[in-house]
Parts: sequence; C-alpha cells; structure tokens
Amino acid sequence: MELFLTSLLNGVTYGLLLFMLSSGLTLIFSMMGMLNFAHASFYMLGAYFGYVVSTKVGFYPALVIAPLAVGVIGALIERFALRTARARGHVAELLFTFGLAFLIEEVVHLIWGKTPVPYKVPASLDGPLFTLYSATFPIYKGFMMLVSVGMLVALYALLTRTRLGLVIRAALTKPDMVEALGHDVPRIFMLVFGGGVALAGLAGVIGGNAFVTEPGMAAAVGSIVFVVVVVGGLGSLTGAFIASLAIGILQTFAVAIDYKIPGFARLTVSQLAPVLPYLLMVLILIARPRGLMGTRET
Amino acid sequence: MKTRLLTAALLAAGSLASPFAAAQVRVAYIDPLSGFMGATGERGLKELEFAAELINAKGGVLGQKIEILPMDNKLSAQESLILLKSAIDKGARYIAQGNGSSVAAALIDAVNKHNERNPGKEVVFLNYAAVDPEFTNDKCSFWHFRFDANSDMKLEALTTYMKGQSKIKKVYLFNQDYSFGHQVAKSARAMLNAKRPDVQIVGDELHPLARVKDFAPYIAKIIASGADSVVTGNWGSDLALLVKAAKDAGLKADFYTFYAGVIGTPPALGDAGVERVKVVSIWNANAASPAAQAMFDAYKKKHNALDDPYSQSARYSIEMLAKAMTAAKSTEPVKVARALENLKHEGPWGEVTMRDSDHQLIQPIFVGTFVKADPPGKYKYTADGVTGFAFREEAKFPAAATAPATTCKMRRP
Repeated sequence: MELFLTSLLNGVTYGLLLFMLSSGLTLIFSMMGMLNFAHASFYMLGAYFGYVVSTKVGFYPALVIAPLAVGVIGALIERFALRTARARGHVAELLFTFGLAFLIEEVVHLIWGKTPVPYKVPASLDGPLFTLYSATFPIYKGFMMLVSVGMLVALYALLTRTRLGLVIRAALTKPDMVEALGHDVPRIFMLVFGGGVALAGLAGVIGGNAFVTEPGMAAAVGSIVFVVVVVGGLGSLTGAFIASLAIGILQTFAVAIDYKIPGFARLTVSQLAPVLPYLLMVLILIARPRGLMGTRET
Repeated sequence: MKTRLLTAALLAAGSLASPFAAAQVRVAYIDPLSGFMGATGERGLKELEFAAELINAKGGVLGQKIEILPMDNKLSAQESLILLKSAIDKGARYIAQGNGSSVAAALIDAVNKHNERNPGKEVVFLNYAAVDPEFTNDKCSFWHFRFDANSDMKLEALTTYMKGQSKIKKVYLFNQDYSFGHQVAKSARAMLNAKRPDVQIVGDELHPLARVKDFAPYIAKIIASGADSVVTGNWGSDLALLVKAAKDAGLKADFYTFYAGVIGTPPALGDAGVERVKVVSIWNANAASPAAQAMFDAYKKKHNALDDPYSQSARYSIEMLAKAMTAAKSTEPVKVARALENLKHEGPWGEVTMRDSDHQLIQPIFVGTFVKADPPGKYKYTADGVTGFAFREEAKFPAAATAPATTCKMRRP
C-alpha cells in the first residue's frame, strides 16, 4: 500500500512535468501544423536563463524573466528564419528546427561550458511539504505540480475564453478568412511560436534546478515530449494532459514491479519501464493514428 | 620585393615548423571530446598535456619532445578503431584512452592484432581510466598498461571500509545497465557476502544508462526495502539525480560511490550529498605531498582554480612512459613496455608500481565523505567545481594493501 501510494504520487508528479514540457509543443503544432524539433532546446535555454537570472536577481523574478526572454528569442527566430523556411514547405521547416536544436546546444557549450551549472532550488521552496508513511514529499514538487496545472487552466482559458484565442483558433483552420477580416496572421503565428517556446522555457526554469542543468538535458527529454504529443493526439491540449499523466503513472508503476518476465534470465518489468512510453506510442499509432484526443490524422 | 616577401614568408613558415622537425614521441589521445562525455574527455586531455609539457620543459625525453595528438572518438568503439589506424599513420606508437571500458576493450583487441601483424611497428596502449577488471585478468595483454585502479580494487577498499561500519545492516545495489554496472553489482555482492555475511542485500537494481530523469520511483523502492546503504557505480547526471531524489524523498541512506568527485558531480550534488555520499578513488588532494600540491596549484593556475587534476593516472602514464624510455635508452615500444614492467614511481601519495604479472598499477586508494567545507580554509582543496564542499578522508589503503589477485597469463613477445 505504501509503495502504491508513493508510486501514484510520483507518477502524477512526473506526468505533470511531462505536460509542462509538451504543452508548448502541442500548442505550436495545433496552431501552425509543424513539429518543432528544437522544442526541448528551448527548455534547456529556459533552465540556463533561469540559472543566470536567479543568481543575479532571484528565483521568483527568473520565473517571469527567463520564459519571456526565451519567448522573445523564439519569436525572433520565427520572424526572421522560420518564416522563410515555412514558405518552402514542411520538410524545410522540420530540417530547420532540427538544425536549430544542434545550434542551440553548441551555443550553450560556448557560453556555459560542457558541465552542469550549480542551479539550485530556492531556500524558500526547499524542504518537505508532507510525509507519506516514511517518505517525504518535497515542497518543490508540489510547486511544480501547481505551475503545471496552472499552465493547463491558463492556456485553456486563453484559447476558449478570449478574443485572442478565438482569432488564433480561427487562423488555424481558415487563415485566409481571418486575414480578410483584417488580422495579421503571420504575426499571430509569431506570437504562438514565441508563446509555445516560452512555455518550454518556463518548464526549464522549474525543471532545471529540480534535475540537472547541463548541455545534454535537451537531448534527454527530446524524444519523450514527442511521445506525449503523439499519444495525446497531435494538436490536442487535453490529450497531451491525459497522455502525460498516463505515461508518468505507467512508467512509475513499472519501475516498482520486480516481476521477472518469463523466458528471460534477468529481465524484469522494472527494467522495461523506460521502453513502455515508446511501446505505447507504437501501439497508439497502429490502433488509433489520431492519438487519444486528436482531431486530425496528421 | 615580391621575392623578398616570399623568402620572408618561407623563413617564417620554416621557423614555425622547426619544433616539429625534431624527432617526436607521439601519444595519440583517443577519447570523447564532444557530446555527452566531452567534458570528461577534455579534462583527461588537459592533464595528459600538462604532464607532457612539464617533461618537455625539462628538455623532453632522450632529446625528443612528447607530443599529444587529441582525437575525438565520441565515446564510440567503432570510431576509436578508425582513429587508431589514423594515429598509427601519423607515427604515434603510443595511445592513451580512459573513458568507457567498452572502448578500451575494442582498442586492446585492435592493438593486439596490429602488433601481431606488424612486428617492428608495435603500439602500446596506456589506459588511464577504463576500470573493467578483465583487462588485467583473463583479457590481459602485454601491450596494455592500466594506470587507474580497477573497479574490483576500488570495491575491495570500499567493502573493507564498509566492514568496519557497524551501522550498515541492509545494502541496496543500484547500478547502470551496462557492463561496468553489472560488474559492480556482481563484485559488490560477492565481497559483502564474504566480509559481512550478516549484511542483507535487500535490492539489486539496474536502470538504463543516462535516460532516467526522475529517480523518485526507484527511491520509493529503496525506501520500501529498508536499506541503510546504497552501493552505486553511477556517474554523471545518473549519480547527481539519484542523490537529489533521495534527499527529496527523505531517504536516510548513505551512498557508496566511485565517481562522486569527478567533473560536474559535486556542483550537482550540493547540499543533497553532504555527509551522505562516500567516494572510493585514487585521488585525495588534501593528503598529497607538498611537491604534488605545488604541481596541482600550477595546473589550477594554468586552467581554472576549481579544476581538479584528479586523473592522476593520466599523469602517471606520461611520467612513467618517459622514465621507462630513459631506462630503456630507446623510444621503441617493445623495449619501453619491458622497461615499464615493475617500474616504480613516486606519486602524490607515495610509491606506485606497475605490476609485471598483469600490467596493473598498484597504488594507494582512499575512501572519502562529501562534506561542507567549513570553516572556510579548513580544507586546502575543495571538491571539483565548487568552493563550498570538500571530501573528508575516511580511510587510506596503502599500495601494498590494494594489490589484487590476478588470473592473467601474460604472453610476452
């Protein structure tokens, strides 16, 4: 029972972090119809910016400043580079973001070196929140969960309850009509791209000190965010949320199971845990290519 | 005018080329210099070059300069074999490597084959950090010399230290799922069973290498097992994240590690590791001789005040190579390899010996604990990359006490 509850809690925590990582990607995909391969790189940039700002000004200002800075960089990239690539079709776009990921990693190497930076959780959020049986639950994890849920609510409200959200959603399916009504569609796309990567930046500020801020961190989460987006359904925010939680809980419970798989000398369910999300993705693609909540095939 | 410019240019080019015109002892450094393990590889290179510069400043060896050729193998065995060929083509008769026993195994095989087929053009492999015990046991080779202590030697020291810790009752083995992790799990279990039969091994877990972001689920398992100590061969972010997750969940266990002191780990451990993380290694800056400390300081001055030259094994390899050449009065690998056998050398913590039976360097080993470095100044040397933390010495095993048994049957040319 103890292990069950702890695992459930850990699974939900991990799932919410995954959602934070992938919500921006889903947003960009649903609005612009493009997969951003450099998404995890912006998460890394957010972590490094968060580190720099928090050492100079403090952690709480960093929560606002760092994602904004990442968002501005993203918007500039969209305006002056991605837009040109977009005109040449999806392949050019994909290749561009693919190259961008490598570029960002090299820039991080040049500025901050190849080793981890000492980015710490602020003292006010460091410590146990409550105790479950014999394990403590840290305040910071609670804070992460709060931000993640807040992100979901805010995004949902923005897209469904505001005029801007209305325009964004309209621009997605009927860009020509929106343009004819006098809205600047390219600028809307720039805002969406900037906003999407800013969300990744925010996840970086929060995740960078919870884990390790180092140049390999983008590569480490790069593939899992795609799994979330594909399983949840391309372009569905709710789907991404459900998929994040499902994957988080699935992986955490798998780790806790020491059941030996028959027919193998020393293979346990626990060792299979890291593969499960990818297995799930393959199964989903076979059974339901749209994903859990997706509305389109592509 | 033009001709004069040309002559000047040629002269300038000639003067630039002149240091290379003299005979050189070339050592090819085949290690990762980019990517995931790039920082670790670069640190090894710096130390190797530093050692070579010191020797060159004193006039080199037998009138020749030692030149290090850096080659980036991206931590790939395949890549390393291609680089080995190119190193031999460039006239390198000595290669140095350390990161990854998988790479080292491939290099040992390739060097053996090359030497068999090209008598008179032999190559010698100086291994400064790949710690798989096999290389100095069943897979031992006359052409391979290991300057680091192998993982079994380190585990012997660690388990001997643990034997004296009466509070240890339940041990959890937690390792990365690849050859080195398997080796640690297997040996630790055997040694603990022999030295402390009363200790229970309550868990033996392997996790994917460099893939896990959140170790909380694993920590939940360790807590459920009731372990008071965790033995882990983890390195890099796999170690830092593990200790962080343990602190978050309030796990009150000690961590017995190999690599808590190396590049990037102390900053990542931070407060989470204090008094909880132990390390077994050949490195203990604060216990080094004054002469050695002067050398550390020179190294730090040249590179970075917070950089530790903890790959002393890299320095041994170059210094002992020069010593062997002087003794053999030759730079020919076969003669030098013979002179390296049983060669004694003064290290920062006393004498080290290259054992002839298996080519394993016998040297002192330390066990230390990660602690806060206060009051400031209490520890002359803090841990790598941080000013606020250091390692407190818990135990020292003199060279003689660390010599392992070996199954090596050396075939000599």
